[in-house]
Amino acid sequence: MITLLLLFVPLVASLACLLLDKAKVKVFALGTSLVNFGILVYSLTLFKSDMSYQFLVDYWWVKDLGISFKLGLDGISILLVALTNFLMPLIILSSFRTEYKNATAFYSLMLFMQFALIGVFAALDGFLFYIFWELALIPIYFICLFWGGEDRVRITLKFFIYTLTGSLLMLVGLIYVYLQTPGTHSFDINVLYSTALTVTDQSWLFWCFFLAFAIKIPIFPLHSWQADTYTDSPTQGTMLLSGIMLKMGLYGLIRWMIPFLPEGLAQWGNTAMILSIIGVVYASVMALVQKDFKRLIAYSSVAHVGLIAAGIFSLTIQGMQGAMAQMLAHGVNVVGIFFISDIIFRRMKTRNLDELGGLANNTRVFTILYLIILLGSVALPLTNGFVGEFLLLNGVYQYNAWMAAIAGLTVILGAVYMLRSYQKIMLGEPHARSIEFTGLHQTEKIVLVVVALAIIAGGIYPKPILQVAGPALEDLLAQVKDIN
Amino acid sequence: MNTLIIISLLGVVAMMADALRFKKILLPIIVAGLVAGLGFAISSWNTNLSYYHDMVLFNNYSLAFSSLMIVVTLLWMIISKHYFSSSSNMAEHAALVLFVLTGAIIMTAFADLSMFFVGLEILSISLYVLAASNKSELRSNEAGMKYFLMGAFATGFLLFGIALIYGATATFNLAKIASYISVSQAAGNTPMFVYAGVLLIMVGLLFKVSAAPFHFWAPDVYEGAPTVITAFMATVVKTAAFAAFYRMFSTCFVEITGFWSNTMAIIAASTMIGGNILAVYQTSLKRMMAYSSIAHAGYMLMAIVAMNKISASSIFLYTASYSIASMGMFALMQAMTASGDESVNSLKGLSKNNKGIIVFISALVFSMAGIPPMAGFFAKYYIFLGAMQSGYQWLTLIAVLSSLIGVYYYFRVIFVSLQDNENGAGHVLNKGQWTLIVLSALISLLIGVIPSLLLTLSL
Repeated sequence: MITLLLLFVPLVASLACLLLDKAKVKVFALGTSLVNFGILVYSLTLFKSDMSYQFLVDYWWVKDLGISFKLGLDGISILLVALTNFLMPLIILSSFRTEYKNATAFYSLMLFMQFALIGVFAALDGFLFYIFWELALIPIYFICLFWGGEDRVRITLKFFIYTLTGSLLMLVGLIYVYLQTPGTHSFDINVLYSTALTVTDQSWLFWCFFLAFAIKIPIFPLHSWQADTYTDSPTQGTMLLSGIMLKMGLYGLIRWMIPFLPEGLAQWGNTAMILSIIGVVYASVMALVQKDFKRLIAYSSVAHVGLIAAGIFSLTIQGMQGAMAQMLAHGVNVVGIFFISDIIFRRMKTRNLDELGGLANNTRVFTILYLIILLGSVALPLTNGFVGEFLLLNGVYQYNAWMAAIAGLTVILGAVYMLRSYQKIMLGEPHARSIEFTGLHQTEKIVLVVVALAIIAGGIYPKPILQVAGPALEDLLAQVKDIN
Repeated sequence: MNTLIIISLLGVVAMMADALRFKKILLPIIVAGLVAGLGFAISSWNTNLSYYHDMVLFNNYSLAFSSLMIVVTLLWMIISKHYFSSSSNMAEHAALVLFVLTGAIIMTAFADLSMFFVGLEILSISLYVLAASNKSELRSNEAGMKYFLMGAFATGFLLFGIALIYGATATFNLAKIASYISVSQAAGNTPMFVYAGVLLIMVGLLFKVSAAPFHFWAPDVYEGAPTVITAFMATVVKTAAFAAFYRMFSTCFVEITGFWSNTMAIIAASTMIGGNILAVYQTSLKRMMAYSSIAHAGYMLMAIVAMNKISASSIFLYTASYSIASMGMFALMQAMTASGDESVNSLKGLSKNNKGIIVFISALVFSMAGIPPMAGFFAKYYIFLGAMQSGYQWLTLIAVLSSLIGVYYYFRVIFVSLQDNENGAGHVLNKGQWTLIVLSALISLLIGVIPSLLLTLSL
């Protein structure tokens, strides 16, 4: 019941948005996202941290084909649902200072996105997962297409076709696995997990699933849609994409690939690992030379998720735990930092690092909040980024020490490019237009303060995150090792 | 059977309308007749009756397809009002359309090759005339002529094939042909002309469904014919052709699947790749839809290639979702034809001039491109499932990749419609077109969310 509420409150609100007038729609969207956050907090209090699926909902959807409407949350998915519901009010609040035309459609699509994302994380039926996976693509496509930058038509189309390629390959894979299930086939996750697949099948199925998830994450060399799309989307679209949507890919790896393709993983896991590590280094280097602040963040994001993917492929409990912690941390941090770039852009009308400078002189609150968020994303100890990154590198180290050494570069390079951007924007000689930089508005302040608090809280007391996800992750790894 | 009788009588009645001066109430009469026909089709569900010494057999398969075609015709009536009222030959046009439908119903219900041929000819000849029915327009005449010449050729092939099959088996009856083939296969002495006959029939049918390399007529005919007639051809006629194709191959030639399935698989693959790639380069929306309809034929051929127990319902689901989404798209196209510019670029300003339409157009485009939660997605999924069940993984992969090309050109419709036109112009839809677009979008959504509605028909 709680899962249904979590899922359908945003959907109903999304439709209701279309009936409201422009003035009220912002507040209404914020209100519903807060209500959903409330439901989430309630469900967290009921959640028992063991490995089972809780709050189960199971109805037939297309009975003849073994497709069910099955939802449930375990330690892994509830964290991502929590992330979605935590970020959604912030993302909506962050849009309060921007006047979008056709605001009703904008907020309706945002809430629809929330619906689809929660569906992706809660689905326990392969077909249902696929439907939500595709559904999540539709609102973000329109958000970028309606409210994006100048080159949006070309970029959104590239993004759509890129990700749809992966999705359709995954669909082929899913159908194949489904056809191997015993009796009158079923898409139920437990049935799919227990289906025996031959080594050859697993070998090619690995690529069907891996490509789908790798494009969304994105893992090198499938990242070429990402920087353009992030730069050209409206800020809220970028936040959705980077904060939540790319976690779909990482979540997909954990839930919909690793458990039923252990042999495929044994065969190709190393390749995937190498690609992830290359992505980490490549994206860090790319971030070093970017002039556009938003592009810089986009590349830093590729570096971070590359490391998360590497942690997952290490198949160690530390790597997995680190992946969970870092997914949450990255989601919070990246939303914060994209919002900072938005705040600067709206006041200065530029994101070019060379045309900015000396903003620190004008606003002290902004300077401090920016610094905290920045430190979170360079993973300083006592910020949320540190816990995840430490565990991830630990996991990768157990897999291969050299890889860990190379991946470790990201820590240094990350500090370099983030601090460099901070220096260029905030410090130094004030640029001619820097005087125009006015103090933060109330809503902006709230968003940044909440993000900063989350960063510090996550850094000081990360235990709950590790505890919630722990049993489910251990169970998952045990399954993989059993088969091996 | 009653459905068939009612609809053919309706055609005859329509022909009289001019002479007996009841043209004004003709449209209501036709609608009432179609609804009655639909009612009869539904009421004879599960009866499995044959008529005329087993010439026709109305089983659930044919009833389902007949009902679908009648429903689509009813939807089509919403936008065709203008076509009828603007011409002085309204009665004749209405009669011809009803005869096309009569032929189409026979094509879903035949149990005998001669009956199949009769149905096909009733459908085709009426359609040749309809394609050329815009007499003052050169392109329409060209379309009619082209369609007639090419169609006559294909009919020749088909007839030759039927003659060869008859020569080998001494019967037109599908069931008897099937048992002859299975006996001769077991004995290993199937005569060569059976194979030749199958091949020739296949060519004739592939022409009718506009599969590559027999598709060259389709873009020109689609473009030249009056838009409402194109809409009818792309939906009802295509449905009938596929229903007949599957019915013939699944009853008669299922024993020699090995002989034709590889050829058909390659044709299916080249049809969907070719259709989709050529559609990308079209500037006219109508031509684009023509090529996309070729591509869709490729997907449906996959179900015939797969030839397993879900093939029938997957063709049904696919034709249903495709026909309904196409109807909406053709309503849009009709507005374009009316304003004289059929190019995709002329869609600029559409969203501004017709507040809210973009939601429904997007839904239709999504259905055509096969994106959930629309009907088109589920239909494609079901086709892929069938193909993979029969072990055609490679064909499924090709289908998946070619449907990505589909996304590329379909989505152009959405974002061109969203752009503003510099001079504020743009197509304005009338009430009928609005209704049809909204209706078909909603039906597509409904089928997509509750596919069990059509899947449980167990054809």
